[in-house]
Amino acid sequence: MNIVVCVKQVPDTWAEKRLDPSDKTLDRDSADAVMNELDEYAVEEALRLKEKHGGEVIVLSMGPDKAVETIRKALSMGADRAVHLVDDALSGSDAVQTSYALAQALSTLQWDLVMLGSESTDAKMSVVPAMLAERLGRPQLSFANKVEISDGTVRIERLTDVGHDVVQGPLPAVVSVVEKINEPRYPSFKGIMAAKKKPLETLSAADAGSEPSRVGLANAPCTVEDFAVRPPRQAGTIVQDEGDGGHKLVEFLASQKFV
Amino acid sequence: MSKILVLVDHTDGTPKKVTLELLTKARMLGEPAAVFVGQGYANAKDRLAEYGAATVYVAEGSEYDAYVVAPKAEVLARVVADTSPAAVFVPSTPEGKEVAARLAIKIGSGVITDAVDVRDGFVCEQSVFGGATIVQSKVAQGVPVITIRPNSTAPEPAPASPTEERVTVELPESATLVQVVDRVVEKKGARPELSEAAVVVSGGRGVGGAENFGVIERLADSLGAAVGASRAATDAGWYPHQYQVGQTGQTVSPQLYIACGISGAIQHRAGMQTSKTIVAVNKDPEAPIFELVDFGIVGDLFAVVPQATEEIEKRKG
Ligand SMILES: Cc1cc2nc3c(=O)[nH]c(=O)nc-3n(C[C@H](O)[C@H](O)[C@H](O)COP(=O)(O)OP(=O)(O)OC[C@H]3O[C@@H](n4cnc5c(N)ncnc54)[C@H](O)[C@@H]3O)c2cc1C
Ligand SMILES: Nc1ncnc2c1ncn2[C@@H]1O[C@H](COP(=O)(O)O)[C@@H](O)[C@H]1O
Repeated sequence: MNIVVCVKQVPDTWAEKRLDPSDKTLDRDSADAVMNELDEYAVEEALRLKEKHGGEVIVLSMGPDKAVETIRKALSMGADRAVHLVDDALSGSDAVQTSYALAQALSTLQWDLVMLGSESTDAKMSVVPAMLAERLGRPQLSFANKVEISDGTVRIERLTDVGHDVVQGPLPAVVSVVEKINEPRYPSFKGIMAAKKKPLETLSAADAGSEPSRVGLANAPCTVEDFAVRPPRQAGTIVQDEGDGGHKLVEFLASQKFV
Repeated sequence: MSKILVLVDHTDGTPKKVTLELLTKARMLGEPAAVFVGQGYANAKDRLAEYGAATVYVAEGSEYDAYVVAPKAEVLARVVADTSPAAVFVPSTPEGKEVAARLAIKIGSGVITDAVDVRDGFVCEQSVFGGATIVQSKVAQGVPVITIRPNSTAPEPAPASPTEERVTVELPESATLVQVVDRVVEKKGARPELSEAAVVVSGGRGVGGAENFGVIERLADSLGAAVGASRAATDAGWYPHQYQVGQTGQTVSPQLYIACGISGAIQHRAGMQTSKTIVAVNKDPEAPIFELVDFGIVGDLFAVVPQATEEIEKRKG
């Protein structure tokens, strides 16, 4: 079974993020870059499925040159090879365009499963998996807390806002995972060394079948008109409990008309 | 006036509060038209009329619920094709965003998610980077598809007598690939829904065990609040996962958020830092949650929280 895992490089979650005033896109140089946390869970799940069912795990990432670090991390965790979509023409692509470029690249690969994180920490849109499924005309098995494959069928536990749904669909399929699904492994020293020798193919937008007019900031279906940095929250009042903390709390709530 | 389609979010037909909010917002910008997909329309009819729907498109049937997400996008795409609306509003819930995503691809539009406001010309306001930056954005291609966060608009009734139009969509194979085998509901009590509640009281690792969550629930009940939890508490099995607030849990934006025994990790903040008023009880004065609060108490939650609950009950008389 061949699994493609889509991983995205994002600014470190703890880093302060800001928009670049010149083109109103995320200023990626202003923060350290890491693999999107949830994508680590997708890589881990792909590796576990491979251990069970055999096959190959291919990493697919669209992003600037620097995204190679993230790709290497996935390889050092144990993925077999990688495809890196890198092209100035792709820069500033939004979710609709990203899903297009990824879908085009996926059509040049052989796969039974595409795995993703359910959300990226920078865009926070949580839409790319559904868009990919729609574009590929394949089952959308998203927000998975558990993935099982047998007889050409993928069954997942899909987390919902009241509990979970058990849903299933035929392979090939698109699966996105939540952080409760597993505990991602740390790359071992051996893994890190091995990753350096694993195949990493670099493709331009055109190599991967994307029409230049359908990607990139200039063609984006959404535009950022303006943005403003909000003044930081004013420091609040902090009191030490001296036996009357509960009363003080209620006084505050009453002063704000909550009680 | 041009129509604005609003996807009805409902439980067995009963519209959720967010639906009424979206109808109210749509009325400010155009003519609201509700799109109902699923079963139990009889439970929705009056509410949709009360909140000003000028038209209701009804795709009623069990087939729309038997498969995940895709049927809703199919129905919306059909209504968009038939009516050329000015925009489509969808509730910004995890599933709503997926419906919007698929719809946008189907109709060749751009999509904006997590709008906290929509203004003339469908300029959307989004709060990004944990509320640190406010972005104004716009869909530049196709019919704008916009998901709007719960609690962004105060719902206001405006009674109307909607025209009802039945919609039948022959679902293509691609929309019936993912079958629902089972639905598991793990409800806890009759509290307000987390994403819609005006007040949320959350507990974290500091609560120390499932048996202690009663302390949190009692404070919540005294305030008519929903109960939330940090990932540490849901992972430990102290509280069901769907009450998790944060990056991979629910995003809440209540008038008041009270965090008890929660340190305030970045992933937790991501789900609550746009709350209007934030209060924390934590025994560690260095806990990062205190950077966010309007009012904080450094102390043991097992002393502070029950005392507060008792005092609130007393004041209520
Ligand atoms: C991919 C990913 C996604 C995640 N998504 C989420 C998410 O959606 N939501 C989320 O919450 N987390 C999420 N996390 C986890 C997050 O990083 C933190 O680990 C988690 O929020 C910590 O929960 P906590 O604050 O309850 O526990 P801790 O960080 O352990 O904090 C417990 C706090 O309780 C205080 N305390 C202890 N006892 C008492 C007492 N008796 N009285 C008062 N205070 C007390 C302590 O001082 C401490 O500050 C995610 C992590 C990852 C990697
Ligand atoms: N540029 C990208 N390259 C590869 N995968 C991506 C990219 N952008 C998003 N994804 C995948 O889509 C998931 C959801 O992202 P999003 O919809 O942006 O929140 C991520 O967790 C990734 O798995």
